[in-house]
Amino acid sequence: MDRSRVIDPQKGLDALVRELAAAGYRVVGPIVRDGAIVYDDVTSGSDLPTGCASDQAPGRWRLRIDDEPTRFGWTPGADSWKRFLAPAHQEVLRIRRHDGSWVSEAPPPPDRPLALVGARDCELRAVAVLDRVLLDADRPDAQYAGRRRDTFVVATTCGVPSATCWCTSIGGGPQPHHGFDLRLTELHEGGHRLLVESGSELGTEVLGRIPGRLATDVDHVAAEAVVARAVEHLPPRLPGSDLPALLAGSASHARWEQVAQRCLSCGNCTMVCPTCFCSTFDDTTVLTDDGSAPVETVRRQHWASCFELDHSNLGGVPVRATIAARYRQWLTHKLETWPAQFEVTGCVGCGRCTTWCPAAIDIVHEAGVLIGADDRSGAGRREEQP
Amino acid sequence: MAALVEPVVGGIDPLTPVPHRVVAVDRETSDVVTLTLDPLSEVLVPALPGQFVMVWAFGVGEIPVSVSGVDDAGRFALTVRAVGPVSNAVVAARPGDTLGARGPYGTAWPIADAKDRDVLVVAGGLGLAPLRTAIDELGGGGPRRLTVVVGAREPDQVLFTADQRRWRDLGVDVQITVDAASWRWDGAVGTATDVVARLGAAHDIAFVCGPELMMTSAARAAIAQGTDPANVWVSLERNMHCGIAHCGRCQLGALLLCRDGAVVRWDRVVELLRERGR
Ligand SMILES: Cc1cc2nc3c(=O)[nH]c(=O)nc-3n(C[C@H](O)[C@H](O)[C@H](O)COP(=O)(O)OP(=O)(O)OC[C@H]3O[C@@H](n4cnc5c(N)ncnc54)[C@H](O)[C@@H]3O)c2cc1C
Ligand code: SF4
Ligand code: SF4
Repeated sequence: MDRSRVIDPQKGLDALVRELAAAGYRVVGPIVRDGAIVYDDVTSGSDLPTGCASDQAPGRWRLRIDDEPTRFGWTPGADSWKRFLAPAHQEVLRIRRHDGSWVSEAPPPPDRPLALVGARDCELRAVAVLDRVLLDADRPDAQYAGRRRDTFVVATTCGVPSATCWCTSIGGGPQPHHGFDLRLTELHEGGHRLLVESGSELGTEVLGRIPGRLATDVDHVAAEAVVARAVEHLPPRLPGSDLPALLAGSASHARWEQVAQRCLSCGNCTMVCPTCFCSTFDDTTVLTDDGSAPVETVRRQHWASCFELDHSNLGGVPVRATIAARYRQWLTHKLETWPAQFEVTGCVGCGRCTTWCPAAIDIVHEAGVLIGADDRSGAGRREEQP
Repeated sequence: MAALVEPVVGGIDPLTPVPHRVVAVDRETSDVVTLTLDPLSEVLVPALPGQFVMVWAFGVGEIPVSVSGVDDAGRFALTVRAVGPVSNAVVAARPGDTLGARGPYGTAWPIADAKDRDVLVVAGGLGLAPLRTAIDELGGGGPRRLTVVVGAREPDQVLFTADQRRWRDLGVDVQITVDAASWRWDGAVGTATDVVARLGAAHDIAFVCGPELMMTSAARAAIAQGTDPANVWVSLERNMHCGIAHCGRCQLGALLLCRDGAVVRWDRVVELLRERGR
């Protein structure tokens, strides 16, 4: 069977979404809603954005729509696939009193596996990070494992990185090389088309059912040119794998206090980050009408943020009482301590935290200051503006 | 892209509290009780000295609590101070009530390393709870010499007085000190660190548990007298919601204390504790 084919950007995507749905997947992909690109259920290829581009800068994300037929000319918005694999709010247990003890019941696993359409390399690496954290062999997260199981991934090569992207400085991008079943690369030169390459047997099988033609050398060369042009837009900004060593010992750096003057401790950065996994568990008890002892309690899990004051509470008092301490916890966890905890880097360089920070604080610029490097790319410069 | 592991089906979700019957409640001080829990269904793996369990009060919540006693029948003890919603609910439990527990989690005191050595144990306040089973094991023979320094705020806050008599009978040098004495108290007054500083001898290995500032000063005092920092162990506390390294709450630098702690080697955390707010 062919491992790479060329499909039509409209009819081919339609067929792909249809095939995946017919194969029993819950297909989610990018759609335009409320002036932004978000991920949600899609039923046809035409649900995916057309002619969209995104302008990104620290504290800024704007959707541009033009007449071009381009399908993947944008970079991701605030949303990430994390929302589908580890939702922001979820029930994890329902516990009922029973016979002097209790019985507990976990929610049923999802009825269909997920198919993620249009995942970027940074996003796939973010899923791999979550896998590392939540699927450790001893104590896998049952909810995550159920959602993550048998996920089908249609990845996308990034042809047009945005100003806040810095994946290549931290070991990835702009083209996915692992963790996908199919990989799309949008080609314009010599006719608008999508090169589809398979990364798994299952991918090859699905690909065989999509109308298209065999890919030729011309298509592959065109795809290489797309990647090369994208790389030109991604200048090295930080020494990715050296960051843990370079940031060690930065705990008393004066920069933490300076950034704390601007940081609102709103937690936006952690909410949009595709790898942030902190969570809170809450028990909610269903009250009885007659005032007797409650019989059922529901345990829910929701995303937490290290910027929340009570995140570090000990006996009701926060350990990280200042914004400087909380920002330091966040940045050093992302760029310094994560590999020691989980043997992977905690940041994938997607730039979401920078784009969605209302104070336009750029993680790359801050890290650059902390390690004494000069960030020349300019993306962090906006911070000097009022 | 298949999942790396199979989801838990039919088995026990790692977050499910396992029901235990409260079979004894012993009041230690005005706000501290020791509960003995007996498994109602599944029996947890016996906790090693220094390990903790997540204790769950129906409809209130779940907190980490060190195991302060174990027996062969799967029973174990928890010594809890009422400070907030969940600990109050746990302390209010009566014999016959049901509480949840899951675990045990975390690292243990390196008891084997104490064999034939001169051992110092320092406990401040409730810090004696996670050290109790360690002292029981050490007192049964192993160390060449065992010194236990117990600090408490006031005489009526001293925990496990019966155990202390037992430990003394086993030849353990138990020294009690209180921060503030009443007229009836004829023991030492001062902090546990003061006592350690007066011991005037280097120890081969030291186990220290108590409030963070007390641990820091006591560890430094032991080191000042010649104990190797790599042989000083402390038990650290941070907010914990899951106990299984998934919720991200218990970070201290690169450590996830529910997994890499609570018992850690002093030389691995001394830098982390130097800077406030970590
Ligand atoms: C490793 C370790 C060992 C410990 N050993 C002991 C010990 O032996 N004895 C002892 O007394 N203390 C021990 N502690 C401290 C003990 O865990 C805290 O005193 C306790 O968490 C306080 O909880 P609280 O609800 O009473 O008070 P708070 O400080 O108000 O709450 C703290 C935590 O309780 C949980 N919680 C509170 N309310 C809810 C709710 N409605 N739903 C879900 N969760 C809720 C949450 O996790 C919250 O973060 C230990 C702590 C650690 C980390
Ligand atoms: S820390 Fe920022 S750049 Fe890194 S993965 Fe998270 S959102 Fe993306
Ligand atoms: S860095 Fe920005 S997004 Fe993150 S908490 Fe501070 S103000 Fe909010």
